[in-house]
Amino acid sequence: MKHIISVQVENKFGVLSRVSGLFSGRGFNIETISVGPTLDPSISMMTIVTTGDDRILEQILKQLNKLIDVIKVTDLAEKEFVEREMCLIKVNAPSEHRAEALRIADIFRARVVDSSQKSYTFQVTGDEKKILAMLELLRPIGIKEIVRTGKVAITRE
Amino acid sequence: MSNKEITGAEILLECLKKEKIDTLFCYPGGVVLKIFDVLYEQKDIRVILPRHEQGGVHMADGYARSTGKVGVALVTSGPGATNVVTALTTAYMDSIPLVVFTGQVPTALIGNDAFQEADIVGITRPCTKYNILVKDVKDLAQLIKEAFYIASTGRPGPVLVDLPRDVVTNKAEFHYPDKVEIRSYNPTVYGNKWQIKQAAEAISKAKKPVAYIGGGVILSNAASEVLEFAEITKIPVTHTLMGIGGFPGTHPLSLGMLGMHGTYYANMSIHNSDLIVAIGARFDDRVTGKVEGFAPEAKIIHIDVDPTSIRKNVRVDIPIVGDVKHVLVELNKELQHIKEPWEAIRKSWLKQIDTWREEHPLTYEYVEDVIKPQFVVQKLYEITHGNAIVVTDVGQHQMWAAQYYKFDRPRNWCTSGGLGTMGYGFPAAIGAKVAHPDREVFSISGDGSIQMNIQELATSVENNIPVKVAILNNRYLGMVRQWQELFYAERYSSVDLGSTPDFVKLAEAYGAIGLRAVKPTEVEPVLKEALKAKRTVFMDFVTARYEKVYPMVPAGASIHEMIFGEGKKKEEKKLKVVK
Repeated sequence: MKHIISVQVENKFGVLSRVSGLFSGRGFNIETISVGPTLDPSISMMTIVTTGDDRILEQILKQLNKLIDVIKVTDLAEKEFVEREMCLIKVNAPSEHRAEALRIADIFRARVVDSSQKSYTFQVTGDEKKILAMLELLRPIGIKEIVRTGKVAITRE
Repeated sequence: MSNKEITGAEILLECLKKEKIDTLFCYPGGVVLKIFDVLYEQKDIRVILPRHEQGGVHMADGYARSTGKVGVALVTSGPGATNVVTALTTAYMDSIPLVVFTGQVPTALIGNDAFQEADIVGITRPCTKYNILVKDVKDLAQLIKEAFYIASTGRPGPVLVDLPRDVVTNKAEFHYPDKVEIRSYNPTVYGNKWQIKQAAEAISKAKKPVAYIGGGVILSNAASEVLEFAEITKIPVTHTLMGIGGFPGTHPLSLGMLGMHGTYYANMSIHNSDLIVAIGARFDDRVTGKVEGFAPEAKIIHIDVDPTSIRKNVRVDIPIVGDVKHVLVELNKELQHIKEPWEAIRKSWLKQIDTWREEHPLTYEYVEDVIKPQFVVQKLYEITHGNAIVVTDVGQHQMWAAQYYKFDRPRNWCTSGGLGTMGYGFPAAIGAKVAHPDREVFSISGDGSIQMNIQELATSVENNIPVKVAILNNRYLGMVRQWQELFYAERYSSVDLGSTPDFVKLAEAYGAIGLRAVKPTEVEPVLKEALKAKRTVFMDFVTARYEKVYPMVPAGASIHEMIFGEGKKKEEKKLKVVK
């Protein structure tokens, strides 16, 4: 089962390596991981998407908590939360496809962040389903390259 | 008042003094010269020079295990640092508190592939409890304080502090903090009261309970609480390899060790129990055998300071996270209130266990023409009245030592349990002897293991640290050979140590005493002579070559499916080859 885990960590060098090393050393999966600073500059927030049964997930949460530099671990499955991911998509856009590409982008409220004679680059945000759906529609036109940020998530008030 | 500024090297020394460190195991090198220069003129700390960095950290480990204090070592950068990786992992697996300082190239050169540079913080991240690269001399004292705090609290473990050369030579004011608070590190000490009540109730209801104690009992100094617990409830106690000494081995309620080479009655008790009280133990695979077949009818209470140990390998019904000693104090209080006729309740269960005891006691066949290794351990036990500190290496001799030497007190037994490090024993024995100059320290070793850190003979002789080393010499890597005999169709691949050196001459070459026993009648005189000697002694016991450690749970079997020595095979069926 897929889980999104928020991990508050000390903003020190080597912490990302401790966390990723824990996952690789113990054979846990990381689907995506994203890290950024928080309002408190001494704390970073990691959002980790992982899979595993209940027993493995319990170990992941406990092992993360055990790391000295980890301040707080939250399994978002136990909470109401909002998740978002951003994806940059570079598509082929020769003249015959340009209108179609823009129409699809419009449906998903994607923005054009770069445009050339033969291509567009879109920026789309949303949950995983939305991003996959947009990629599906763009595929016939020809996707040249995509870059995804991995999920970030925050609890609802 | 403003302090005068001192160098990082001097700050390090002051910190060690504040931590009341009396012994430092250290090996010099280029980037730590400044520190050694400071050590040269001080008299507060005994400085011991090993002959290999791995040996040095094992010494600190033996010192820590036998005292409960933090062991401290210092090595140089690059190869000095990489040489301690095995010793750190050994300590990490057994939760031993160490602080190891490594030199590092100057901060400006880090990442440049400088001479004797190694990313030791990166290398040791998975084998230390924590590690730190100090980047500024102003942070040094604070970080050293944190290192000692982290190493010695919660589930203890080794901490590595990496010291670039400029951090050691630059100056700063010295302030040693009185205490540390780390917001992200708050180990749970006291157990949940409600859970403790639940545990007490489960214990009072159990018909066939067993206490299963591990290294956590030793680390938490909880042996007297375990004894009280057992005596209140009349619960039989089995221990792991790491839990030796956590409960008196000669106590009528002691079942001895459990697991792969545990006693038949310990394993049968666990297998048939209706309640297991696991105290500071982690259900290692050497203990559980096949997990699916482990104690099918038992409820499990698990007391451990480390939440990750709970439900890692087996299901747990009543988890209690907390320091073993504190939890047991509370649990014993609860149990005192419960007025059960414990003795009467336990009668039939203890009787059943006694039948198992009689069915398959711990035994071996004594012969007159050749020394049985078990006999050496038994004699050693007799002659030292069970009062020696015994340190082992890894292999058959380790299991025989665990089976035939009875320990009534904690911290008299040092062995590499989790990692199983051959070469651990002799240097660790030196460390234990440094800490206990008035005690007898025996290292029981094999002819394979002893050769893995034999260079420490020089350390032992030069510093007058008289350790007595009993080598059970069968000219084989005996444990591997045993597996090849039993499970690999007697194909003895790379286990014959035929050209084993003459250990007597070897000891003499280093200035130690060398003794040899070939016949069983020579065992006692040799041990007695070693006991009398004031110098380091190597005892070469030429033992039966093909002796095997029994009983044994074959890999992949449940722990009640044990095999026994010749003529006592419980099941005659051919054992399958395990991969």
